Amino acid sequence: MTYITKPINHHPRLESNKLGLTRRDYEGSVSTLCAGCGHDSISAAIVEACFQLNIEAYRVAKLSGIGCSSKAPAYFLNQSHGFNSVHGRMPSIATGAAMANHELLYLGVSGDGDTASIGIGQFIHCARRQLNMTYFVENNGTYGLTKGQFSATNDLESKSKYGDENLFPAIDLPSMAIQLGASFVARSFSGDRDQLVPLIKAAMCHKGFSLLDIISPCVTFNNHNTSTKSYDYIREHNEALSKPDFVPLGKEITTSYEPGESSEVSLHDGSTLSLTKLALDYDPTDKIIAIKKIQESQRDGKVLTGLLYADPSAKDLKEILNITDQPLNTLTQEQLCPGKSALKDINDNLK
Amino acid sequence: MDTRYLFKRYNTWWVKLAVPRTLRDQLGYDLRESLKTHDLEKAKELRWEVVGNLKNKIEIAKHQLGPELIEDKPKTPVEKFLPPTDVKDPQYYHKVVDCQHACPAHTPVPEYIRQIAQGNYNEAYMMNWESNVFPGILGRTCDRPCEPACRRTRTHDKPVAICRLKRVTYDYKDEISSLLPTAPESNGKRIALIGGGPASLTVARDLVIMGYQCVLFERDKRAGGLMRTNIPSFRLPEKVLNEEVDQIINLGIETRFNTEITSMKEFLKEDFDAIFVGTGAPKGRDINIEGREEAGKSIHIGIDWLTSIAFEHTKSIGKKVIVLGGGNTAMDCCRTSIRLGADDVKVTVRSPFDQMKASEWEIEDAMNEDIPIYDNHVPKKFIIQNNKLVGMEFEKVEAKFDDSGKRSLVPTGEDPIIFECDDVLVAIGQDNAFEWIERDIGIEFGEWDMPIVDKITFQSTNQKIFFGGDAAWGPENIIWAAAHGHQAAISIDKFCNEKDLYERPEPGTTLVSQKMGVHEWSYDNDISQASRLLVPHAEKTVALKDLKMEVELGFDEQMALDEANRCLNCDVQTVFSEQLCIECDACVDICPTDCISFISNGTEEEVRNNLRIPALNLNQDILVSDNLLQTARVMVKDEDVCLHCGLCAERCPTGAWDMQNFLYEEAKAYS
Repeated sequence: MTYITKPINHHPRLESNKLGLTRRDYEGSVSTLCAGCGHDSISAAIVEACFQLNIEAYRVAKLSGIGCSSKAPAYFLNQSHGFNSVHGRMPSIATGAAMANHELLYLGVSGDGDTASIGIGQFIHCARRQLNMTYFVENNGTYGLTKGQFSATNDLESKSKYGDENLFPAIDLPSMAIQLGASFVARSFSGDRDQLVPLIKAAMCHKGFSLLDIISPCVTFNNHNTSTKSYDYIREHNEALSKPDFVPLGKEITTSYEPGESSEVSLHDGSTLSLTKLALDYDPTDKIIAIKKIQESQRDGKVLTGLLYADPSAKDLKEILNITDQPLNTLTQEQLCPGKSALKDINDNLK
Repeated sequence: MDTRYLFKRYNTWWVKLAVPRTLRDQLGYDLRESLKTHDLEKAKELRWEVVGNLKNKIEIAKHQLGPELIEDKPKTPVEKFLPPTDVKDPQYYHKVVDCQHACPAHTPVPEYIRQIAQGNYNEAYMMNWESNVFPGILGRTCDRPCEPACRRTRTHDKPVAICRLKRVTYDYKDEISSLLPTAPESNGKRIALIGGGPASLTVARDLVIMGYQCVLFERDKRAGGLMRTNIPSFRLPEKVLNEEVDQIINLGIETRFNTEITSMKEFLKEDFDAIFVGTGAPKGRDINIEGREEAGKSIHIGIDWLTSIAFEHTKSIGKKVIVLGGGNTAMDCCRTSIRLGADDVKVTVRSPFDQMKASEWEIEDAMNEDIPIYDNHVPKKFIIQNNKLVGMEFEKVEAKFDDSGKRSLVPTGEDPIIFECDDVLVAIGQDNAFEWIERDIGIEFGEWDMPIVDKITFQSTNQKIFFGGDAAWGPENIIWAAAHGHQAAISIDKFCNEKDLYERPEPGTTLVSQKMGVHEWSYDNDISQASRLLVPHAEKTVALKDLKMEVELGFDEQMALDEANRCLNCDVQTVFSEQLCIECDACVDICPTDCISFISNGTEEEVRNNLRIPALNLNQDILVSDNLLQTARVMVKDEDVCLHCGLCAERCPTGAWDMQNFLYEEAKAYS
C-alpha cells in the first residue's frame, strides 16, 4: 500500500487513443494492495486493454464480491459504474444488472475464494447461463485478507508459507467452465502482460460468458519456495498454448505465418484473435481437446496458459431468453403496460 | 552511443586498444593514450587519429615479429547486447542531476535547494560557496546554464528558479564567518594572481586555505574585476559584491591594488612559484564606420563607460541614446542610460531578435523598462551636423542560412533607417589584451593572438604561468571563471609539488538510501504542480530614477519555500538491484511517466525503441540492468523524464528499487 499519490504528470509523448484519452485516463485510485501484488498487474492490463479498445469508461460496469481481488476494481477505470457486492454474490448482481441494461460492458472481478469457495454455486449458474460478461478470477491460491489460509484452488502439493500441508485437491475453474458451457475460457499469468492484454481484449469483445483465470501471485502469503503459485514457480512451469494477438475490426492481420503455425478465432463483433501456435495440434474450438490438454498438463505438473477454449458462435443469455433489444431499464410505462386493447389482441390470438 | 576505444581515467578521456596476444610480451596487454579532454563529444572526434597511431604501432610490431607468428583471428562482431550500466562511474548518476551536470562548477543544486526548504540557509550558502565561491553575486547575475537543463522543462513547463534560490541562500543566511575555513601555516610557496576578478579570487581562495601565500595584483582600487566594473549596481548591489570579495581576501590574501602589471618579463623576475593570469577580456570593441572620428566623444565603448560609472567618473548622458549590440553588456548599458536621465533609449541589433546573445531574462528586464529593441538593423554611419552627432543611419537586413547552416545578413533593400541620438554606446563585443605579455618569455600565442592554454590543466606553454576566466579563451560568464579557478588551483598545487598535471582528482561521491521506514522517505517526493514563481521587482517609477536601487527584490521566505518545493530532487537516484527483482511489474505499472520497461536485450537502438515509450532523447542515458534471474530479460529505465517520485521503490515488494541520494562533489585543490 502506498501513501503517496501518483503524480498527475505523464510522459510528454504518451499516446492517445481514438477518444483522445491516454492510458492514464483509464486508471483508478492508487492501489492499497500489498506492493508487488499480481492483482495490480491485472488492473494495469485491464487499463491497457480498455485504452487500446477505445472503450468509453462510462459504458463499463465493474462488479465484485469480497476479497483482495474484489478491492481491485477501485484501482482501474475511475469513471465507470461499480458495485462491490456481498461475498460470492457478484454473479447474481451481474445477472441482475445485465438483464436490466445489456448494453454495458460487464467486468466481474473475483478471486479464488470468492469464486471457488463461497461463490461457487453462483459461478456455476452464471457460466451455465452464458451471461454476457467477462469474469476475472484473480487466482492466488490463498486467502490473503485473512492471513494466508489455503483456498480451494491451491494445488495439493503446495505447502503454506508456515509449512502446512494442503490436504485437498484444487478446483480447476477453466475445466469446470468449459464443461458448464462457458463460451470463452482462458488462463493467463499476471506477470505475462504480452499474453494477458490480448486475451482480456478478446474476452471483452466476446459475446457470452468469458472466464479469465489469471494466476496472480500473492507476494505476502503465497510467493515462497514451496508455493505453486509464486512468480518463479509459474514462470518455470508455464506452458503457453499460443501467443495471442488481438486484431480489432477493420485492421488486417499483418504478421505472416507458415501454414499450421497460427490459427484465428473470429469474434462476433468482427475482431479476430490471432494465435501463434506454440503447442501443435491444439484447436481451441474443440472442447474435448481442451479438456484433455488441461488434464494432461495437470498430470505433467505444468501450468497451461493461453486461450483454452472459445466458441464464438454460442448464444448468450439475452438471445437464449429472447429478450427485447431495447434495454429493459429504458422501457416506458406504455411499452410495459400497452393497455386494454393490446390485451384484447393477445386474448383474441389465444382463442 | 559509440564510445569504442574510449575510457575515462583521472576524470579525462583516454583511448585504449587491445594488443594481440602474440605481441603482449613486447607491447603489454593494451596501448593507451590520454586525449587530454573532459568532453566526451570532443574525445569521440579526437580518438580516431590516436587509434590510427596505436594501430600503426601494433602493425609495426607485427611486421617485426614476422608474418608466420601472427594469429589470423576473425574480427569481433559489433556489440549486439547492451552491457549492464556501470553505475559506479560517478558520471552516470551525475548526468541524471541535469542542473548540477550543466553547471560548470558542478554546484550540488538539489542538495542546497533541500536545505533552503528546511530553512537551513547557512548550510545552503556554504554548499554554494564551496562550489561557486560567489553565491550572493551569482544568485543575481549568473548566466544560469542549470535552468535550461532543469528536468522540469521536460516534465512540466518552466525550470525551477535555481539562480534566484541561490540568492535566497545569501539573503537569509546569518553570520557565517565561523563556518569559513582559515588559512593554515604557510607552506612557503608564493603564488601571484594577476587581475582581481572571479577567476583569480577562486584560485586564491582554493590555495590560501591550503597554506599557499597568495598575492593578488589589481589595477583598480578594489578587487572584483568585471563584477565590479561591468555589472551595474541596480543588478548587483555593491554591498553584496564587497561582502563576498572581502570574505575571500580576508582569508589571508595579500593585495596590491592600483597596481597594473605592464610587463610579464619584468614580473617573472619576482620570486613566485606560479603565476595565474585572470585579467579577463578588458578591451571593448569599437565600430569603424563613417562619421566615427567626427562623432568623437559622443561615442562610448560600453564596458569602459560602465566602468567609469562604477567608479563614479561618469554621472550623466545625453537625452537620446542608441545602444549598439545585443549582448548582456548592451542590456546593462541601456538600462543604465535611463537611470542617468536619458529619456529616449533604443537598442539596435544586427541579428534577428531570437538570435540575440543576451540572456532571455536580461532582454526581458530591459523591455520591462520600456526600452525598444530594433533587430536586423546594421549600423551604416554616424550623422554629424555642425560637428555634433545628431543621429545614426541603419540598413535593414534579414538572416539567411546556406546549406551548411552558415548565417549571413542580407540587406532587404528597404530605405535606410535614421534614428536621432545624442550619444551612442557601443557594446558589440570584447577582446583580450595581452600587449603586456612579451612574446619571448616562453608563452606561445596562437589564433586571435591568444595564449595557447591547455584545456585541462589551464597551463600555458610557460609551465609556471596559468590562465583562467575570460583571459584563457575569451568572454564567458562568472560561473565559468569560478570553474576555471578551481581547475587552475588543482594544477598549480600539482605543479608546485612536481606531480603530473593530467592526473586530475576524481570527484567525491556518496550514495545513501533515503528510506526511513514503511512509506517514509527522507526527501519530499510529492511533485509540486505549482508554476514557476516570479521574483518581485521594485516599483518601476522609483527604480528607474536610482542607479543604485536593486531592481529585483528577491523571494521572501514563503516564496523561496514554494519555489524550492518545485525541485524534483533529481539527485535522489532510482537504484536497481537485479538480484532482488521478482519481475512482478509493480514498478512498471506505478511509474507515472512510463520510464521503466522489462524487455529483451538488444543493441542500444533496439532497446531504446522497444521501451514502453521509446527513449528518443539521446542526451539522456538509459539504465540497463544485468539479465534478470527469472526471464533473462533486462530492466531498462529511461532517465529522461523520471520524476524521482520514488513510487517504483515504494511499490517494489522486494526492495529491488531504492531511492538513494547521490552527492557529487567536484574535486577541489584542497579536497
